[in-house]
Order: sequence, then C-alpha cells, then structure tokens
Amino acid sequence: MNRSLRNLFMGLVVLFMALPLLVVAGVSLNGGQQLRFPPRDPSPRWYAELFMAEDWLNALANSLVIATSSAALALAIAFPLAWFVWRYHTGYGRLLYGLGIAPFTLPPVITALGFLVFWTVAGWHGSILATIVSHAIFFVTLPLVTISLGLAAIDRQVIEAATTMGADEPTVFRTIVLPLVRPYLISGYAFAFVLSLNEYIVAYMVAGFTVETLPIKIFNSLRYGYTPVMAVVAVVFVLLAVLIFGLIARFGDLPRLLGAWSKE
Amino acid sequence: MSGLRIDHVGKTFGMFEALKDIDLDFPDGRFICLLGPSGCGKTTLLRVIAGLETPTTGRILLDGVDITAVPAHRRGLGMVFQSLALFPHLSVGENIAYGLRIRGADLATRRRKAEELLALVHLPGVADRPISQLSGGQRQRVAIARALALDPKLFLLDEPLSALDAKLREAMQVELKLLQQRLGISTIVVTHDQREALTMADIVVVMDHARVQQVGPPLEIYRNPVNAFVADFIGTSNLLPGVAEGQDTLSIDGIQVAGARPHGLARGSKAAISIRPEEVVVHPAGEQGPNRLPAEVTFVRDLGASVEIMLACARRELLAVTSPRERPDVRVGDRVVLELPPAACVVLPS
Amino acid sequence: MTDRWPRGLPARLPVLWPAAMLLLFFVVPFGIMLAVSFFHQVEGGFYEPGFELANYARFLDPFFGRALLFSLWISVLAAVIVIAVAFPFTYCLTRLRRRAQIPFLVFVLAVLSLSEVIIGFAWSTLLSRTAGLSNLVAWAGLIPRAQAWTPSFGALLMGLCYLGFPYTVLILFPPLSRLDPEIPEASRTLGASPLRTFFLVIVPVLRAPLLGALIMVFVFNLGAYLLPQVLGRPQHWTLSVHISDQAVFQSNLPFAAAMAIFLMLFSLAFIGLTMVLGGRKEAAR
Repeated sequence: MNRSLRNLFMGLVVLFMALPLLVVAGVSLNGGQQLRFPPRDPSPRWYAELFMAEDWLNALANSLVIATSSAALALAIAFPLAWFVWRYHTGYGRLLYGLGIAPFTLPPVITALGFLVFWTVAGWHGSILATIVSHAIFFVTLPLVTISLGLAAIDRQVIEAATTMGADEPTVFRTIVLPLVRPYLISGYAFAFVLSLNEYIVAYMVAGFTVETLPIKIFNSLRYGYTPVMAVVAVVFVLLAVLIFGLIARFGDLPRLLGAWSKE
Repeated sequence: MSGLRIDHVGKTFGMFEALKDIDLDFPDGRFICLLGPSGCGKTTLLRVIAGLETPTTGRILLDGVDITAVPAHRRGLGMVFQSLALFPHLSVGENIAYGLRIRGADLATRRRKAEELLALVHLPGVADRPISQLSGGQRQRVAIARALALDPKLFLLDEPLSALDAKLREAMQVELKLLQQRLGISTIVVTHDQREALTMADIVVVMDHARVQQVGPPLEIYRNPVNAFVADFIGTSNLLPGVAEGQDTLSIDGIQVAGARPHGLARGSKAAISIRPEEVVVHPAGEQGPNRLPAEVTFVRDLGASVEIMLACARRELLAVTSPRERPDVRVGDRVVLELPPAACVVLPS
Repeated sequence: MTDRWPRGLPARLPVLWPAAMLLLFFVVPFGIMLAVSFFHQVEGGFYEPGFELANYARFLDPFFGRALLFSLWISVLAAVIVIAVAFPFTYCLTRLRRRAQIPFLVFVLAVLSLSEVIIGFAWSTLLSRTAGLSNLVAWAGLIPRAQAWTPSFGALLMGLCYLGFPYTVLILFPPLSRLDPEIPEASRTLGASPLRTFFLVIVPVLRAPLLGALIMVFVFNLGAYLLPQVLGRPQHWTLSVHISDQAVFQSNLPFAAAMAIFLMLFSLAFIGLTMVLGGRKEAAR
C-alpha cells in the first residue's frame, strides 16, 4: 500500500480504538457526580476516591491479591509442564499441554460455570482462595505459551556444550536453562497478572457475592448509575497495562513473544 | 594402551542406520579429520565419542578404559559445536570458565585461566565483554578457548569453521593446526570440506553412507583412493571407465592404459582409471607414445594462477589443469592427445 | 541430557504437580458440570442427582433457538467486520520496522487485556447522551439534539468489534509477520499496484490463516458475556448471557450446564475445524 494511504488507514483504526478510552479519560476528570464530556469543573477528586473510599479500596485490594497470587500459581503450574514437554517427548506431556491451552480457547462462561459447580461441590464457593486457584487455571495458558517459546529459543547445542563441560542435569537447569528463560517467566507472569486483574466472569461465578474485585464492583455499580470512579478505574487499568506491556517490550523481544520470527 | 579406540560401533535411530560397524584406532596426539558428505554419519560418530549419543552396538575405549556407559558430563572432553553454542547470558570470560565454575574453582583461578586461554587463541582483553559484541571469528576463538579450559584428553570439533567466510576459514584452519601442534592434544574434527581436511589432518577418515570408506594420511588418500567415491570426494578426479586386461592395464575404448600398480582384477571385469587433473598432460594431435588417448578441447578457462582445460575423451568429460607457463596452445574444438602417466593412474574396481 | 524419554519416577516428578492441578481443577469441574447437566431440576433453585435429558430437551424451545440464532448471527457478523479491518491493519503493521511495531503492539495488548466491563462502560459512555459522540454530531448540526445511542443492536455490534479487534490482530500477527517480504515485492515488480497486490497475492496466500482467524474470532465473540447486558436490550442476550443468567439468577444449574456443554462442543468443533485447516496447509507444504 501507498505510504500515506497506509498511515491514514492505521491512524483511523488506532483512533477508533482509542476513542472510547479518550472519552473515559475525559469523563474521569469531571468535578461533579455526572459523566460529562468534555468534563465540567475538571478535578482529580475521583482519583482520590478510588484510593480513599473504603468499598473501592477493598475491591482494589481484592483484585491485587488475586492477580498477584493467581499469576504466581499459574507460573508454578506452567513452568514445570513447559519444561517437561520441552525436555521429553511423551504423549501425556503433549496431552497435558493441550489441556493447559484449552481454558483460554473456549468461551470463558463455560470454564466459569465449571468452576461454579466444582467449588459448590467442594464447599469453597465464595472464598478468595477459590478465585485465586480458578484464575490460575484459567490463565495458565499465558505463561505456558510464553515459557514454551522461551525454551524453544534455547539452542540444544548450548545445553550439550554445558554437558561436555561437566554439568549434570540439575546444574544445566540452574546455570543455563533458568537464566535463559527468565525473561519469558517474567512476561508470562505479567500477562497472567494483567488479565487476572481485568477478569470478570470467573471471579463473579466463583465468589462474586463475597469477594468483590474491581471489574465486579464496576459492573455492580453500573446497575445503580454511573460515577466517574468507574472511569478512573478504566484509566488506571489502561495505564497499568501500557506500563507492564511497555516494560516487557523494553526488556524483551515483544514481536517474537507474539509470534514473529526471532531477529537473527 | 594409549589413545582412542572405536570398537565396532553401530548406531541406529529408529529405522535409520547412522553408523555401521565403525572400527577405528587413533593413537595419542594426532589431528584427525572425519570427512564426508552431509548425512554420512560423521557428526553422529563425533557425538558418540563425546557421549552425547549412546551407540547401539560396540564400545568406545579411551586409554584402554571402556567409557561407553560414561555420561557426557563425566567424560572430560572438550567440544566445539557447529553453532558454537556460546552461552548468550554469560560474558566471554564466564563462558570460558564455565567448566571451572561448576567444579567449584574460585573467582581468581577462573579469571586467570580465562585470560590464559584468551591469550592462547590470540584474543586478549575481551574477558568482560558480552558474547553479542564479538565478531564471528572472535566467537570462534572463544568457543575453542572454552573447549580447552578443562585440559581435555580429547578435543572434538563439529564443523567448527562452517559459519566463517572463506578467507577467515582458511586462516583459522592454519591457526587451529598450529595450536594443536603446540598443545599436542588429540583432536578430532568433523568436516565436509576436503581442503580443510587436507590442511589440518594427520589422519583423514573418509566416511559415506554410515561406513568408513578409507583411513590414512591426507596425501596417501589423495594419491591412492580406494574407490570411486573417495577419488571423487577428495579433490577433483577424472574417472575413465574401461575393462581390466593385463596385470596392471585397462582397456579404454580399445586403447591400453597402464596403472601404477597391479590391480588384481579378473580379465574382462569392469573397472575405471582415476587420475588427478594436474597429472593429465595435453599434447598436440598426432603425438605418439604409451598411455595416450585422443580427445577434443571443449572449453578453456584461464584463471590466472592456473589453466583448466575441459576435454571430451572416451565419451567422458575430462579436466586437465596446468600452470600458465606450461599452457599448451589449444583452443576450443582442437583435437589433442592426452598423456596419462602410469604412476598417476589408479585403477579402481567399479 | 540426550535421552528424550523420562526414566524413572524422579524424571517424571516435575510433571506430576501440573498434571494434578489441571486434572483436579479443570478436568474434574468439567466432569461435574457434565454430570449436573443430566441432573433433575427441583423448583426453588435446587437440583437432585439423576439422569434425564430434560435439560437438553429444552433446546427445542423457541426461547433457546432464538438465543442461539442471535448469538451465531451477531458473532459471525462481528467476526467478518473485524477480520475485514484487522487483516489489512495487521498487514500494514507487520510491514513496519520492528521498532515501530512495538508501540502498536503495546497498545493492542493493553486494549486486549481490558476487562469486558471496562469496554462496556467505555462504549456506553461514548454512545451516551451526555458524554457521547452524538454531542459532536449535534454540535455539527447533523441531528437536532444529542441522543443516547445505547442500548441498541448497533452499539452491541460496535462493542463486539472493539472487543474482538485486538484479539484478531494477535492471531493474524504470526502468519503475517512471517510472510516472506519478497512475495509482495515480486508482485510489485510484475506491475501490480499495492492494492491489487494485497487482494490478488496476499489474501490468497494467507487464505488458510485468514479462515482460521475468522473461526477463532467467531468463537471468541460467542464468549462475550457482559457487552450484551451493557450495550444491548434483553432480546440481544447471547447464549453466554443466558448460561450465567440461568446459573446465577434463575438458579437452574442443570439447564445452564447443559447449555454450557452444548456451547463447548460447538466451540470445540469449530476450533477442531481450524486445526484441520491448519494441518492440511502444513501437509501441502
């Protein structure tokens, strides 16, 4: 395509994608209770509200606790599995890998309902632990895929070279594999963290009435009328996502992580 | 018993036979080249020696000790990989000292040894640089230094120079040979480049189709190939098919051509003469004498340092190479007579 | 490090823990859900173990048929629109220098990660009377007065496209960024204009990934659950909404489970189809 035509097209698409976010950012600055755009009496008071009002602060804390721990658990499940599938060729390894990919490809309401019946039967319905475990399983796909990409990028001869220099399997793992996949571990964690923070339906079905996360809180508030705090949460989430993915891009090879060939 | 013994080693991958009954003896301190086309099994043989593959049959003995069951990380061998396999997350010095580090050597020892080895491969002062800042030739040297860091009993190299450009490769061949001579370390190099093998090796092992075809010093193999494959793979060779006649002669298109040695073939059996291009002498048409065949010039290449004359002879393409000083006055289409000196003619069974 | 099969228990140890977690918390819940879908619903929000096909028989209701047809219709429509925009967009993106791609990718990822709740909220604000686009249109004099454009079918469709767009870009990114740049160049040297090259060379070459992406986005849209509630009217509720509605508000878990099983088989069939398409392409190489 012609360069200026291409730039125009890409610009329009980005504008369309950014438009709701820009309006939301504007709305978040309203001085009053109402959502107006352009904002009236601009003031950052609703930003303070998010971090001061007890109910919003509580939802924020819940979301952060769930996101940090479920991403860690997802990583702890994904890493050994990704390593095993990379290291050995076994049918059950690949089957488990497929199982790890599945939650993310199916419509989420299915997995959510599965968790709902499971936690009801297990008697943990409504507990934050149940939400954490559910999110870990639901988002295990992300670290699984990124770590597998990272492992696949390791030259087998590098492993063999370490072996000829006297490294046994645990030493190879500690001195070669671990340092080389570390960036992929971090980005896998970050992906799971950001998506857990934003996830609604699983959290809602597992413990929606007892453990209120930010998305649940927003949705519940939607029913009783809009307030600029919702816009504040949206802005904070967008900024957080841009920050985290920006960091991944800064310290890692983002195009390769998303499926382009590696640079060399 | 000192040296490496490969005792009737075979290796199969599923249905594929990568090595068939390899039986070799290498005395200490030699520079050995495993030479052959890709897929001939040379890399598999090297990996079996390194312990990276387990042979299906046979044994590997080092200094008389059976090491077949010893895993790679306890063999104490140094190896340079085709991709070089430098650790991308470690600096040059840390790469070289990796083996020392996992053996628990302290920082000062590691540092000293890395500097020593870098000096040995003519690359001083780069110990603290990351690998990514080195050129291809420098990485090559680091890989060599790293493989030598543990004073290995055997120094193994898998196509070590294949990533370098032609000029650098030639220089490194000489350097590698000089290094080996200085250290006196037993060295095995896998290569598909016959020039590389001839430059460096004390002993060349020519392999094809999972088998050893010929073992010997490079010149011996060059002059006396045992079969058509070896003759063709090592250098350029002219092959003229004919029929065995006398004790040492062959009949090519009804003309008697004598070889260097008695061929021991039954009268009437099919055979071929192998002769190197530089041994073929081109005479004007009508020249008389033994071991001469008529031919026609099809192309002449004046390459400056040498002259290559392509000829049609006995329905075959033939190549003669001379120096510009001895260039016969021939043009495309000229009829000529070729002299094949008996001493240069090797008779091969077909 | 050479053996490719684990020997003995210690070698298999690392896989036991993820296996246990996935089996216990993913396979078992599905098993229970499958069982519940055959259970008997009792008035008052309870169910008792049993085996009956009553829940599946309700699929014959016009209620279910309408919801299913509407879900399929709007999912397909949104998928086609999204592919039509995302494919040329991703193509342009992958033709940029690698460094220039990164801000776009970060932006796309950020939007992808956004909660459906936030997207629904953002669109309902954008289409609202007080803060929305219609103010701009009214200001320009095209309509007499600002008005609310949501809830409506159009708003829901717009929201679904917005939701699916970043996902589609990420699905199309690998095949497009791996496309040999010499293919379009060859077409250009043969005299085709950039636009003709795109439609006559790029699109046919990437037919298989394109079709695969279409199906994936379609399945992804089927999963949209909040947007129909925020941007649509009750008649715009999709199967996903009905499933959660039955489970949470109607307290009819067996029927919700039966619908979820149906939706899962339906999705799996389509995902399987993309794999077959992808597999055939691999085999043809």
